[in-house]
Amino acid sequence: MERQLICISCPIGCRLQASWTDETDITIEGNQCPRGEIYGREEVLAPKRVVTATCMTAGSPMGTEVRRVSVKTDAPLPKEHIDSLLDTLYSMKIPLPVETGQVLLANIGGTGVNLVATRSM
Amino acid sequence: MSSVYDVAIIGAGVTGASIARRLSAYKLRVVLLEKECDVSFGVSKANSGIIHGGFHHGASTLKSRLEIQGNIMFDALQRDLHFPFRRCGILVAALSFEEMKTVEKLYMQGVQNGSIGIELCNRERMLSLEPKLNRDVVGGLHAPSGGIVEPYRLVFSLVESAVKNGVELKTKFKVNGVDITGERFHISSVNGETVTSRYAVNAAGLRADEISKLFKAEEFTISPRKGEEYLMDRNAAAFTSRVIFPVPSPNSKGMLVIPTVEGTTMVGPTAEEIEDKEDLATTGDNFEKVFYSARRLVPSVSERDIITAFVGLRPALEGNDFYIAISTKCPKLVQAAGIQSPGLTAAPAIGEYVKDLLKKAGLILEEKPNYDPAIDPLPRIREVDPFTAEKLIEKNPSYGNIVCRCESISEAEIVEAIKKGHTTLDGIKFYTRAQMGRCQGGFCTYKILKIIQRETGLSVDEITKRGAGSWEITGRVGEFQIFSRTGGKE
Amino acid sequence: MTEKKYDSVIIGGGSAGMAAACRIAEAGYSCAIVERETALGGILNQCIHNGFGLHHFKEELTGPEYAERFIQAVKDKGLDVYLETTVMDIEDTGSMKSFYGYSSVYGLLHFSCRSIVLAMGCRERNRGNIGTPGTRPSGIFTAGLAQRLVNIDGYIPGKKIVIVGSGDIGLIMARRMTWVGTEVLGVVEIQPYPAGLTRNIVQCLTDFNIPLHLSHVVSKIWGKERVEGVRVSPVGTEEGGNRASFDLDCDTLLLSVGLVPDNEISKKAGVDLNPETGGALVDSRLMTSVEGIFACGNVLHVHDLVDFVTEESQRCGEAVCHYLKGVAPGRQYRTVSGANVKYVLPNMYNPDGDNRFYLRPLVVKNGAELVVKIEGREVIRKKLRHVQPSEMVSFTLDREEIPSLESSRGNTLETGIL
Repeated sequence: MERQLICISCPIGCRLQASWTDETDITIEGNQCPRGEIYGREEVLAPKRVVTATCMTAGSPMGTEVRRVSVKTDAPLPKEHIDSLLDTLYSMKIPLPVETGQVLLANIGGTGVNLVATRSM
Repeated sequence: MSSVYDVAIIGAGVTGASIARRLSAYKLRVVLLEKECDVSFGVSKANSGIIHGGFHHGASTLKSRLEIQGNIMFDALQRDLHFPFRRCGILVAALSFEEMKTVEKLYMQGVQNGSIGIELCNRERMLSLEPKLNRDVVGGLHAPSGGIVEPYRLVFSLVESAVKNGVELKTKFKVNGVDITGERFHISSVNGETVTSRYAVNAAGLRADEISKLFKAEEFTISPRKGEEYLMDRNAAAFTSRVIFPVPSPNSKGMLVIPTVEGTTMVGPTAEEIEDKEDLATTGDNFEKVFYSARRLVPSVSERDIITAFVGLRPALEGNDFYIAISTKCPKLVQAAGIQSPGLTAAPAIGEYVKDLLKKAGLILEEKPNYDPAIDPLPRIREVDPFTAEKLIEKNPSYGNIVCRCESISEAEIVEAIKKGHTTLDGIKFYTRAQMGRCQGGFCTYKILKIIQRETGLSVDEITKRGAGSWEITGRVGEFQIFSRTGGKE
Repeated sequence: MTEKKYDSVIIGGGSAGMAAACRIAEAGYSCAIVERETALGGILNQCIHNGFGLHHFKEELTGPEYAERFIQAVKDKGLDVYLETTVMDIEDTGSMKSFYGYSSVYGLLHFSCRSIVLAMGCRERNRGNIGTPGTRPSGIFTAGLAQRLVNIDGYIPGKKIVIVGSGDIGLIMARRMTWVGTEVLGVVEIQPYPAGLTRNIVQCLTDFNIPLHLSHVVSKIWGKERVEGVRVSPVGTEEGGNRASFDLDCDTLLLSVGLVPDNEISKKAGVDLNPETGGALVDSRLMTSVEGIFACGNVLHVHDLVDFVTEESQRCGEAVCHYLKGVAPGRQYRTVSGANVKYVLPNMYNPDGDNRFYLRPLVVKNGAELVVKIEGREVIRKKLRHVQPSEMVSFTLDREEIPSLESSRGNTLETGIL
């Protein structure tokens, strides 16, 4: 099996050639760095994406000055978990103060990936 | 106290507003009815803003007489109402000797009309009056009495003055029926509101024909004539010191280069007969036409400087003159229809003229002793020197918060606009100029949305660009079901 | 009126301003940042997606994280920061510059300084700039404004979205709008190739099956009060006259049609601008045509990566320090664009120092080569692999690579892509 991929690990966007016979024998070509290899493999096996979004902060009134805190997953999350993560995080209210890197939601869906704040407020 | 108004004016464009303000000097109950959510939102908004020099039309027309009278009234009006106005003068540039013959006719017409200071110019004088003109100019005409105005600000201040002197303003009042019982008009709106008045004025612009029909008065047809204009940045190289006209054709004054009173440059308008009174779409085809024509006058006009394009509709009437008269079929109704160019120039004179017609129709005019023709000037942070600015900021710190960076408009000015009833994004734009500059609201819209919410208590999804249907925000993050179609493994 | 005196004042507290300011402060000069918004960080604050910092920090950060590192540095160095303060007209009185800062927090401030760094960033091109015909309803937003509304304020501007332009902000917004539960019907791009980074095509469009219509334009907008639909037409066909045109029912149009350096204050200060970049003409020190006024970041030219903004701005900060120290610039010669190059910056180079150049290609080309010549003599020839207009190229010209130059000649440096 073969697939053309474009690496999204960095802005260079290497054009990857993935070829495999089974899931244990995947060859990635065209990558300029080791991250391309990892990306290529994952994209074939179980595609993952980093999710970024914003959450409401606690105590922010629904009036004019809603303050939102930006968040991300601390590692790429398997795609099938993304929609339910978004639903969850939009209903969360983060108590202030919050620090960059603070875990807001641990081990999302048992994946080991955490949701962390990307800004201190 | 009866709930009967002496006069109901239909339409709060420059015509209706001028009439309302003029009547506000008398002991009358006057109501000004406007279908849109703010005044000046129709014909008067999308307008070239020219105060004409009184040479384009022959003395036999009503519009020519009112143009000259109106022109003269602008200085006093500005002293009272503080709208942006500059008597910068008008040039008509002839690019051939054939065209020069037409210019000579315009000159004679201007002299007959009494256009103050009008002169014929040779090539050298034309180029010294405006060095940016095409070097191929052979001569032309200079009308120093011509000028430029911000048309919507003129209307806003006329209405503010009228309201200050007791006129009632009803916006979102779209007239859809008139019942006449005896000496009374019962004017009703699509929202089911009704006002009763003894006299009425039809200043309904594009809809004057429909309004006349509702009064069972004269039948006539208003044909919209579409004009497309392009607005350029305030740094545009093509900014001239005077308004530049081409030599007119029999049907149109042609497309001009206009140095607006606020420092931007405008080119246009086109003139196109259309059917649909709501057709405000720009076409793209006209772009070439406008720029070809404008560059013929001023070669440095560049499309790179465009910040926006818009369409205005002229409410043209057959014969092309104004129709301002007491209705013969409905003697307590005064018609003010077909007010296209030079309607803005003529507006103050139309106010006077209609006041006299109402008197003739039997309305008793008794002067109000406490009539105050002036309104308070609003400080604008970009127009004051730093020392004045400091005092303003000391008194009200929000003068120091520059919300619109392109036009340097402070929060205080936006709050003032909201307090005066301009609660839509467009209302605030036309009142303050915020969102009107080169970024067209890209930087300041979110700030203005917040200020409107704070000042009015509206929620963000209730705020509109210019009234019902023109919403800006549909909801908040988290309110919609997420269905990102992000599958797992393919 | 409060008087403020500094060696240097930086106008704009985004990534460029903060990087330049830190360098100047590190050298011991008094330095302040004037920022009109309520926080430092500039546009990074609303760029909550990741992909920042791979060059500069060697790790992948979101916009707010990237900004926060510099905000912390600004704090640590004890720099004076004037937030919510807008700079009005700059006056150049030779060795001293002065200007007013308008603020609801500080009142009216009068700044005097020996040097100024322009770091105001850029603004988005809008509908008027691209001349899209049609009605003028609500529902037409620049992509950056929509990004601000969604990411900072939590407001959703519409439910059925069409995006014009495939610049990175447009692509990022296609994903964002999908991730807040609205429907993105397509991205329309006038060029035959995407304007944004390839990775963003993959993770923002392909991931969600959002169609990208290359070589198409939105040829008409309709809707009286709110946008109701648009016509999408192939480039070069008249509106409505071609079968390949199609209509999309949408309530929102997001425009991602390019950025323009925001140089209004610069113009008032008398700074000469480069029509190719929309930014200032600068010498090898990134000093503008006005002595003592420098420029860096997106106000100088629009960058595609913030990492390059940081790098350029740090160099700018160092140049300001040299200037404040009184170091004369030495020899400088002109740089010009050669084949297939839209622009190359800076506009001068210094043959006695190391030079860093940024250039923007005019063409899409595989296996391209960068060729740099001085007086016709080749000084650099280097493989670039793939080039395209949306991706800036940078290169360094070290002192050792520059041959000895005769001062009687022009010594113009020409940069081309072959």
